[in-house]
Amino acid sequence: MENFQYILPEIFISISIMLFLLIGVFKKNSANLIYNLSNLSLVVLLALIINLSSLDTIYLFNNSYLIDNLSNYMKIILVGSGIFVMLTGSKYIQVINLNKIEYPILILSSILGMMIMISSNDLIVFYMGLELQSLALYVLASFNRDNLLSTESGLKYFVLSALSSGLLLYGCSLTYGFSESTNFDQILINSKEFNYGTTFGIVFILVGLAFKISAVPFHMWAPDVYQGSPTSVTLFFAILPKIAALSVFIKFLYTPFANMIDQWQTIIVFISIASMIFGAVAAIGQKNLKRLIAYSSISHMGYALAGLATVSNQGIQSSITYISIYLVMNLAFFSCLFMLKRKDKYYENIEDLSGLSKKHPILSFSLLIVLFSLAGIPPLAGFFAKFYIFLAVIEQSMYFLAIVGLLATVVAAFYYLRIIKIIYFDPEKEEYDTSHNLGLKITLAISTIFILAYFIYPSGITEIVSKITMI
Amino acid sequence: MNFPILSSLILLPTIGALFILFTKSTSGKYQSSKYVALFISLANFLLSLYLWYVFDKNSVDFQFVENREWLSGFINYKVGIDGISILFVILTTFITPICIISVNATIKNRLKDFLIAILIMETFMIGVFCSLDLVVFYLFFEAGLIPMFLIIGIWGGERRVYSAFKFFLYTLLGSVLMLVAIISIYWITGTTDVEKLYELGIKAEYQNLLWLAFFSSFAVKTPMWPVHTWLPDAHVEAPTVGSVLLAAILLKMAGYGFIRFSLGLFPIASENFTMLVYVLSLIAIIYTSLVALMQEDMKKLIAYSSVAHMGFVTLGIFTMTQQGIEGSIFQMISHGLVSAALFLSVGVVYERHHTRLINKYGGLVSIMPRYAIVFMVFTLGALGLPGTTGFIGEFLILMGAFEKNILVAMIASLGVILGAAYMLWLFKRVVFGEMNNQDLKSMKDLKTFEIITLSALVIPILFFGFYPEPLMNSIESSVENTLKMYNFELINNLASKD
Repeated sequence: MENFQYILPEIFISISIMLFLLIGVFKKNSANLIYNLSNLSLVVLLALIINLSSLDTIYLFNNSYLIDNLSNYMKIILVGSGIFVMLTGSKYIQVINLNKIEYPILILSSILGMMIMISSNDLIVFYMGLELQSLALYVLASFNRDNLLSTESGLKYFVLSALSSGLLLYGCSLTYGFSESTNFDQILINSKEFNYGTTFGIVFILVGLAFKISAVPFHMWAPDVYQGSPTSVTLFFAILPKIAALSVFIKFLYTPFANMIDQWQTIIVFISIASMIFGAVAAIGQKNLKRLIAYSSISHMGYALAGLATVSNQGIQSSITYISIYLVMNLAFFSCLFMLKRKDKYYENIEDLSGLSKKHPILSFSLLIVLFSLAGIPPLAGFFAKFYIFLAVIEQSMYFLAIVGLLATVVAAFYYLRIIKIIYFDPEKEEYDTSHNLGLKITLAISTIFILAYFIYPSGITEIVSKITMI
Repeated sequence: MNFPILSSLILLPTIGALFILFTKSTSGKYQSSKYVALFISLANFLLSLYLWYVFDKNSVDFQFVENREWLSGFINYKVGIDGISILFVILTTFITPICIISVNATIKNRLKDFLIAILIMETFMIGVFCSLDLVVFYLFFEAGLIPMFLIIGIWGGERRVYSAFKFFLYTLLGSVLMLVAIISIYWITGTTDVEKLYELGIKAEYQNLLWLAFFSSFAVKTPMWPVHTWLPDAHVEAPTVGSVLLAAILLKMAGYGFIRFSLGLFPIASENFTMLVYVLSLIAIIYTSLVALMQEDMKKLIAYSSVAHMGFVTLGIFTMTQQGIEGSIFQMISHGLVSAALFLSVGVVYERHHTRLINKYGGLVSIMPRYAIVFMVFTLGALGLPGTTGFIGEFLILMGAFEKNILVAMIASLGVILGAAYMLWLFKRVVFGEMNNQDLKSMKDLKTFEIITLSALVIPILFFGFYPEPLMNSIESSVENTLKMYNFELINNLASKD
């Protein structure tokens, strides 16, 4: 029983979810209350996780649950970004009439699922966490149920995700069958010798995981789901599942499958290159900002995976740094998106940004910073994210990957520039509302300053991340 | 001396920009912000002059070096200057206030934003010339794209979007390969500190590829034929001040990079690729001069002449002779002054008559005598008449070239003649001749601020043309040192082969 103190965060959030559900059922019109309580509980959750993070590696429940530096860091950025997602979206869901009690509760349960995924050290525990987060996400995607696009995106996400979960499960069962265990460390020990069964298992598991982080060629769902979902859910999609899935990616590759690097390295390199190129090229023709950011996130995931393909601690750390900076950039971008509101209607097409800089200089300046940062232009944070990745990639002499990746950034720069062009060079349109809620403004300010001033002290994140060693 | 004088030089314009950003404009015309910007840039200019004053010209070491931990211990923020870079720093701080004074004439809207962009740009440009770490260099080198993109795109002419994109993507494409090379250097040698790299040297087997990667970036930025096409577009569409910054300073980053990095870090590869650079430079000199002859747009003509002049610069650098390199540096400084002056002169008539087409002008000498005089000085400076800075640069470069390869030198000399042809013809068509266009009659001669800016440029062009000693003094020992290290590496390499 003494083990329970280590999973206090998970217990706390589970109890909160149930409690909020009860409040929601028995108290009328409690949507706002629950929303705020959920946010509060996330803050407490963050404090609990940080409180645990000073401890060493701890195995729990027959080695099926693991708390280490990786899981702690990932949970911190997961819950931290969760707080900001809730903060920025609060006004949005009121305006488009989605302020129902289920919304924050679904977000919390999804976060709980992700935390279990991140900490899992066993195929079964992992799958449990994965399904918990996915089920919550299906509902969230179609949350705006009166909207055709939203329901479509929910259904699409459900069908494709269920398929990929099936593949993943098949891979898990193959792995279990040939390595005689579901425990990650045990699989590692039992898979010293090459066998085809486990290799197939790896491929199926990687397919499932690649789907979750929307890497090419398993990206088809992303643009539709991003566009169709309510914007606040899109923001959630763009950040949190990626953190969880990347963390699981790292865990799978470097714990149970660490003996089979030859088998998976080529796959990861291919996925990475394909995502970088496809994401960059496909985004060029987009007209909808949410759709564009879907393609952009596909290519960003390509870069994060490039770090994983290196088989080095440096590479893993660079990927984690990348996702940390990526999430800040996305928060900033979506905060700007939430500000494109005119008389209770939100705008999300690129043309709607036309001439924004004349009436809204601060908002457009933030967008300018974010877009250049997404494009990876120094001295903004996005450059350092890419810099660390390529530092790790070139250390392993993977020049092809590095050069393709950098050329893809040039292609990607084009569509980011196109948005900047529309904001700054094009004729202006009607003014947007200027009053926004405090949470949104704070998020935008913090994230923009972070991106802008990252170069002053760039070793901050790297130092924290350097504690994470897998090899 | 512990005062971080270089960092303050780099940061001062940014602080000024922040100040402008957060101050409310006094009137619709944002006059106050203009004076703040002018004050900041002049202070920076004085600071750089002070730097020149305390700079020890006989030492070959980097001076005022600041070394701070920056990227988690493995890459440091390191800046410092030697006799070569200090000239470019002063050029930058000198041109910026001139740009700010001339801002009124060309920038009609969003003056405040424009001033911020220029000041931020100054930070990056000084940073490029001061950085002694490859990563820091890359950071400043690339960061300059952002303000320049906005300057062209927001305040440019009709085809500004196309030009801004072309400028941005061309230079970015060239530079990303340099990033790969920089990271490779880090893993090969364990450092990106330029001084340490000079000592360590890079193994011969890696040099060719690394050199090419750096070359791809510098060649686009120089710009060398055949990747020069972004320059005429960018120049024509940029506002006058943008063109001035672009021609006077941005183009110099690459020439400086060639001397500091290509020669300094990869001597063996530089030796291998000398012929390539010669050929590209010669094509640039002859071909773009011919193209310049046929231009109808004044700005485009000067843009092409810039390409030709930069052809001389790359030619001079890769002669690897004392005269050639000194001449190239001198030519860069000279071109920085002259091209800035020419673009400003074009700006003067463009602002009055709203066209840059040469055939719309003619006979300006009778209505704008003062303008005719300064324009003549700049024309002569551009074609390299003895007594102007242009002459000394080209003369030294050709001297260096004759020492190494007579054929190359002879072809390059043809470029001098062509240069005289297109510049004089331009002058003739604009200033002399019949005044056919009656609208021109109403044009006024130079205003006070134009006299200030243009004469500020005339003075150094003539002064250093007659008396180049102060500049030569400053670069001599540094160039000597660069060459010494260069030859030392080469001999070492030959010895290790035997």
